[in-house]
Amino acid sequence: MKIQQISLFVENKPGHLTAPARLLADEGINIRSLYLADTQQFGIVRMIVSDWQKAAGILEKHGFAVNVTDVLAIEIADHPGGLAGILGVLDEIGVNIEYMYAFPYSRADEAILIFRFSDLNAAIERLQTAGISLVTSQQLLTK
Amino acid sequence: MMNSILETGIADCHPASVPDYTPISELRALQLQRLQTVVTRAWQNVKHFRDRMNERGVGPQDIRSLNDIAKLPFTVKSDLRDTYPFGLFASSMKDVVRLHASSGTTGKPIVVAYTQEDVEVWTSVLVRSFAGCGLHRGDIIQNSYGYGLFTGGLGAHYGAEALGATVVPTSGGNADRQIMLMKDFGVTAICCTPTYFLHLIDRAAELGIDMKELPLRAGVFGAEPWTESMRAHIEKMSCIEAFDIYGLSEIIGPGVGCECRRHQGLHIFEDHFYPEIIDPESGEPLPDGSEGELALTTLSKQAMPMIRYRTRDITMILPGQCECGRTLRRIGRIGRRSDDMLIIRGVNVFPSQVESALLQIEGTLPNYQILLTREQGLDQMEVQVEVTPQMFNDKIGALQGLHHRLQSALDHVLGIRVHVSLVEANTIARSEGKAKRVIDRRSL
Repeated sequence: MKIQQISLFVENKPGHLTAPARLLADEGINIRSLYLADTQQFGIVRMIVSDWQKAAGILEKHGFAVNVTDVLAIEIADHPGGLAGILGVLDEIGVNIEYMYAFPYSRADEAILIFRFSDLNAAIERLQTAGISLVTSQQLLTK
Repeated sequence: MMNSILETGIADCHPASVPDYTPISELRALQLQRLQTVVTRAWQNVKHFRDRMNERGVGPQDIRSLNDIAKLPFTVKSDLRDTYPFGLFASSMKDVVRLHASSGTTGKPIVVAYTQEDVEVWTSVLVRSFAGCGLHRGDIIQNSYGYGLFTGGLGAHYGAEALGATVVPTSGGNADRQIMLMKDFGVTAICCTPTYFLHLIDRAAELGIDMKELPLRAGVFGAEPWTESMRAHIEKMSCIEAFDIYGLSEIIGPGVGCECRRHQGLHIFEDHFYPEIIDPESGEPLPDGSEGELALTTLSKQAMPMIRYRTRDITMILPGQCECGRTLRRIGRIGRRSDDMLIIRGVNVFPSQVESALLQIEGTLPNYQILLTREQGLDQMEVQVEVTPQMFNDKIGALQGLHHRLQSALDHVLGIRVHVSLVEANTIARSEGKAKRVIDRRSL
């Protein structure tokens, strides 16, 4: 249920995203989703990739500061109100979101929300009790 | 001697400048007598000096000529730190009328003390410095050196007042007000760091004030190394005569030496401060005209004598006598130092201070680099820190928190505003595996 997200530190300067993208491409690693959190000076690239162990290994070997974080993925309907609905549930069951981002499935009318929760295990338990199904990494990469 | 004074013109003829023209044989005799006195005083009253001299098997009675000074042990900055705060005092506290302190490499500052007599000597060498720059009663001197623990502000203040000039004690900062007062008061001379004056020139231009139109005619600049090209730029942009003044807190503060109007080196006030040039590696004395490290001995200091203090400043004693007629020997402009100390906006900074601040935050030392630039005439210091996997966190807030902690630790340790940048790992250039710690791009 837990999905391994890779994040790396980049300076907020032109061209600084190219090198890691190239490294992953050369190894045939597919980036399923990418989200860039940035400040004026630096950014954090968060990615879900086809082979996280291999990706982390390659990036580390090339000197990047890499972090692997467990996140959760939830599928929602890609229409107005989809996000508000799930956030309402999260409010009710009282789990705290550290950060989140969303991306659509390529052909279906569904979207995927990626969450990092402050207490991951509690979040899993409460989401399951509330009847919310979590997307596995297998599903995420093959869908 | 009288001929020399007459030749130099009226501006140099301040009564306080008389010792500047002491015949050389008389000056050497005075120096020897004062050296014997100060060494005896240090040996009797300061355990540190007595221990060091005993280790070398030398006593005050061994100083029979000026060359015998080479028998004495050196004093270094860490001696002041190790004896913090009052360990090198040769006077009892009831005779100490003033304490100053300068930045040290780690937390604790370096403390210096003055008796009433020391303050009078200090004042007199500044009067002689200003008089040598052609300043006199009737001049309005704006003193933009910082007032406080730093010796620059109060030192220059006392000297300018004793000269008979009018002092405007603006201290540092607030450039707009500095420029307004300079204009409104008809200021004729300024004392500050050369980079601060460059900043004032730029700011005045932005305010639509042409410095060349102001009555300002002289600047006495010190507390940091500067260059001939900076002097040319300053003089061109402001139509003033720029003078180099030298000093350090450990010896007395500003006024150890100063240029005269010939601008051919800085005259050391040798009746109070005995200069030697030594080989920075071996410590062996070098003859006049050779470049080496300047070591100074205070000849008349009461509260805190310094014996062969290693300044770390690289210069030379210029051979021959100055055309101005002063018999005081001159040192060349200080261009560099023999250690890694950086002078940023007049503040002493050591790379080791940056290291200790980074260590304190992270527990391990990340790769870092100090980048010095000069923007609008003011020194800027940037510390680039490589983000290691251990420091990295996927939350923006955590990295911003790290950035903030590094920023405040460096500001706190260094006492000046520093710009901290987080950079990608392995991006700081290394040569033979070692990162170059300091990139100095300050130039004019």
